[in-house]
Amino acid sequence: MDQLLEGFRIALDMIISGDPVVFSIAFRTLMISVTATVIAALIFIPVGCLIHFNRFRGKRFLVSIIQTLFSVPTVLVGMLVFLLISRAGPLGSLGMLFSPGAIVLGEVLLIAPIIAGLTISALSGMGRDISDTALSLGAGQLQMILKVLSESRYMVLTAVLMGFGRAVSEIGVAIIVGGNISGYTRTLTTAIALGVGKGETAASIALGMILLALAMIVSVTVNTLQHSEKR
Amino acid sequence: MILALENISQRKNGQQILSDVNLSVSRGEFFVLMGPTGCGKTTLLRIAGLLDKPFSGRVKYQSEPIPHRGKERLQARRRMVTVFQRPVLFRGSVFSNVEWGLRIRGIPEDEINRKVSQVLEMVDLVEYGDRDSCTLSGGELQRVALARALVIEPSILILDEPTTSLDPNLRFNLLRRLKDLHSQTGITFTMATHDFTDALSLGTAGAVMRNGRIEQMGTIDEIFYRPSTPFMASFVGMKNVFPAEFNADGAIVEELIIRHTSNKRGHGFLAIPPEAIVVSREATVTSERNHFTGIITSVERTGSIFSISVDCGNLLIISSVTRSALSDLDLTEGQDVYISFKASAVHVF
Repeated sequence: MDQLLEGFRIALDMIISGDPVVFSIAFRTLMISVTATVIAALIFIPVGCLIHFNRFRGKRFLVSIIQTLFSVPTVLVGMLVFLLISRAGPLGSLGMLFSPGAIVLGEVLLIAPIIAGLTISALSGMGRDISDTALSLGAGQLQMILKVLSESRYMVLTAVLMGFGRAVSEIGVAIIVGGNISGYTRTLTTAIALGVGKGETAASIALGMILLALAMIVSVTVNTLQHSEKR
Repeated sequence: MILALENISQRKNGQQILSDVNLSVSRGEFFVLMGPTGCGKTTLLRIAGLLDKPFSGRVKYQSEPIPHRGKERLQARRRMVTVFQRPVLFRGSVFSNVEWGLRIRGIPEDEINRKVSQVLEMVDLVEYGDRDSCTLSGGELQRVALARALVIEPSILILDEPTTSLDPNLRFNLLRRLKDLHSQTGITFTMATHDFTDALSLGTAGAVMRNGRIEQMGTIDEIFYRPSTPFMASFVGMKNVFPAEFNADGAIVEELIIRHTSNKRGHGFLAIPPEAIVVSREATVTSERNHFTGIITSVERTGSIFSISVDCGNLLIISSVTRSALSDLDLTEGQDVYISFKASAVHVF
């Protein structure tokens, strides 16, 4: 117990004093997760729209698959990306393995189902009223889609934040394709895992507190947005 | 003809919703689409408003067939607006809602401001421009939806049961407003309703639907005073509708011969408006060609008038009398009475 309390005290000191190692890891984690979230949002919000606004055979099955992939194990995605970008893999020539880019790629794939799936849910939640109103007022297909997206913006933003939450807290992808290289691909989660293994409790607790703070910020923002949506 | 629907059929989830519907609306008309709930009015209006494609048949705008996709369809759709039964407003202010249709058409800013102000004045919402759309009452919301539709200056305004969710007072105000807007703007109105009093107060022409088909189409007078089927007669509230065999002597209904002015022969139907039937305690000499005796079986108050049911052998004929006539004649159940009506009052179909 004493060791834990002592760990907390040192961790707080590290955070308050702005420990460069702790903060560089936190900053890198943020950069990687934000980049992955932005890329995933730019690709998979439109994909969600495409699926929602089009009728095709197997649509329901596709949506079920996407929802199933919400909780795909991170190590599985890590392994898949590893096989893709390792030297012998189809994208081996890009030389991405053990780089921040590799983690970004893995996290994009990891959160793609969350962003596409929750976008579909957000659009479905609007019903046909908004799209019918927009069309009847003379909107073209794209104008109608943008209007429905704009009307469901809080829920779509929630989808993006949920994706960010998953990206920032995952470890499987970061450790398998990032390699946990100090000062290069080490993220909050991989650093905590390594620190615990090495008995560096205080540093791990400090990193854990930052991770928890990020998760809390995401959670509070999501709650606020959902409250705005209900209004 | 500004809008025509030709041989429209629609299926949903394997069910036939509309069957071979033909409908035409003239420019400037207030066309009322009537029919009981679930008869396919909304489905037909969605096809007319180019929101849905029919399973078969075609929609014509100004005599030109509208394709199922492409720029031509969008252009035609931009000439008509639908106000739904329960309209939804977009997030934001009343002004931003009303201007949206203009904004997506790329109308210049100063013109948008002018047109929105004009239309808000038309629906008595001048002070509401900055109001958040989610703070409006049901009646205000309907008016914003109307303003949002009218600002586009459409050729056709489609209204899907706009009075359904309103209380009687708001309903009366909205009907009056629609009548004024129709005469002010000259826009062709097409409105669905299951309440024929709406049609009587607003419509210039209309159609009645039943089970996904058009039962009768024509002017409002034709629909209400010359129904073509027993369903139509019952839908417009006609009483005394009987099947009859028509021959040279008249119409034979349950062994009674009813004189009429039609040349119809064979099997058909007739209807006698209750207000055309004169009830008396004594036989009178009148010009009426139909005279029967009977016994009063019931006297019921229906609003400000009374319905008298008279059993004339096997035929129950309903007459309507005013309160003063009822007390003057001292009519009560079980009395023997004489009834008479003109041959010209009998509607044959």
